[in-house]
Amino acid sequence: MMNPKLRYRLVKSKSVEWIIVLFAFLITVPLIAIIFFVLKTGISKISWHFFTNIPKPVGEAGGGIANALVGSLLIVLVAALIAVPIGILCGIYLSENKDSKLASYSRLAVDVLQGTPSIVTGIVIYFWLVKPLGTFSAVSGSVALAIMMLPIVIRSTEETLKLLPSSLKEAGLALGLPYHKVILRVVVPCGFSGILSGVMLSVARIAGETAPLLFTAFGNPYISTNVLKPMQSLPLLIFNYATSPYEEWHDLAWGASLILLIWVLLLNITTKLITRKWKVQL
Amino acid sequence: MESTIISSKNFNAYFGANHVVKNVSIEIPQNNIIAVMGPSGCGKTTYLRCINRMHELIPGATTEGEMKLHKDNIYEMNPILVRLRIGMVFQRPNPFPNLSIYDNVIAGYKLNGMKLQRAERDNIVEGSLRKAALWNEVKDTLHKKGTFLSGGQQQRLCIARAIAMEPEVLLLDEPTSALDPISTASVEELLFDLKKNYTLVLVTHNMQQAARVSDKTAFFYLGELVEYDKTKEMFTNPKDNRTQSYITGRFS
Repeated sequence: MMNPKLRYRLVKSKSVEWIIVLFAFLITVPLIAIIFFVLKTGISKISWHFFTNIPKPVGEAGGGIANALVGSLLIVLVAALIAVPIGILCGIYLSENKDSKLASYSRLAVDVLQGTPSIVTGIVIYFWLVKPLGTFSAVSGSVALAIMMLPIVIRSTEETLKLLPSSLKEAGLALGLPYHKVILRVVVPCGFSGILSGVMLSVARIAGETAPLLFTAFGNPYISTNVLKPMQSLPLLIFNYATSPYEEWHDLAWGASLILLIWVLLLNITTKLITRKWKVQL
Repeated sequence: MESTIISSKNFNAYFGANHVVKNVSIEIPQNNIIAVMGPSGCGKTTYLRCINRMHELIPGATTEGEMKLHKDNIYEMNPILVRLRIGMVFQRPNPFPNLSIYDNVIAGYKLNGMKLQRAERDNIVEGSLRKAALWNEVKDTLHKKGTFLSGGQQQRLCIARAIAMEPEVLLLDEPTSALDPISTASVEELLFDLKKNYTLVLVTHNMQQAARVSDKTAFFYLGELVEYDKTKEMFTNPKDNRTQSYITGRFS
């Protein structure tokens, strides 16, 4: 006969284990439910036509989201072009100057920036760029999204580089490399996969942002590649069309939702694969 | 008479207010192996890192006094040039993890943007790996990452990387402390061969190692240079009581 105290402990241990497993499973439920629902509703709306055409006027069936696809890609690309260099440089500074005063203020600023509501960023960019330029424009949307990307890129760069052993830097310095070459040719390449994963995750993060684009990129029913003019994007299209009273537009919004979801999922999955493949074995 | 390659006179090193190397004067003769030994925290590694100006890279670290390479004051030279002429091997093997074995050997040229002809590059790689007694083990896997090697091989790769730059002096900071006995033996043997072409300064806390490989030994204690003499002389007939206590194992 087992000691009752011991038995009680074993039972307790087992039940806690089961609870943990249960919650680990539960965490996947919302995602699966969302994917399932969007897939179920959206899949029937998607066809080749859906990718190559622009939305039809109200009352006509069919139409596609080509304008939003082109717009989203361009806006995100420009945002990344702005945020990635600044973010990586800033991350390098923070990891190289752990104790400086500027770094601690800068870190605080990054944290606050990360917590800034996106709609606030949007409205500030409206006053800074849209009003002075006199028109809604894709580039102002890109700037708003770049501001949202920055904290993610900075933090992931900083954390990645901080984990590299200092012996690596010393190896470079002892070979007579100047400091900037040690950073550019030793530190950054060794942390490359981590930096890249930060960049890709930040792209995935902003791809679906709507609020900052409302007063900046504004939306456009036609395909436009002029970044100084209003431009459509997937989240804007979803927002505008899903809140409209027309059945045909709802269909477009569902299709666009599915595309956006797949885009973000693919970004996340490729990030995982790439970082695993390119990870530098220390 | 051997000529002196490195000489320090009344040399001091500090971490902030902490005085870690006190008034050290040493003359290091060319093509010798000099062992620097002493208990932990005696300043031997710091002294070594002062020779190629790695010490000053630590925030708050300062130095004082004279340190010369031949006739030139090291602390008036460009630190980059100092480090090209005085190579260093660290306690833990630290090959560049993103580079192949081949690229690790020529890393000093490659990362510095010095252009080399293909044949010249191959020569340097093969020559350095041969000198580091690693060529036979890696000649078929030159394009694999350096980090796939064993610890002892990695350390020899780091030695090859340092001697590829043709330095005059090679500083070794406890190069075998992270290695098993067999790798240690092969690295020690290698040091012996390298003496022909280079001057080696070897920091070690292992007395047997100092006795085995070095021509002269410096004994550091609490930041001071207690004794500096021919290794044989030091181990058979130490002049200072503290040296005597250390080599007979009364403190470590």
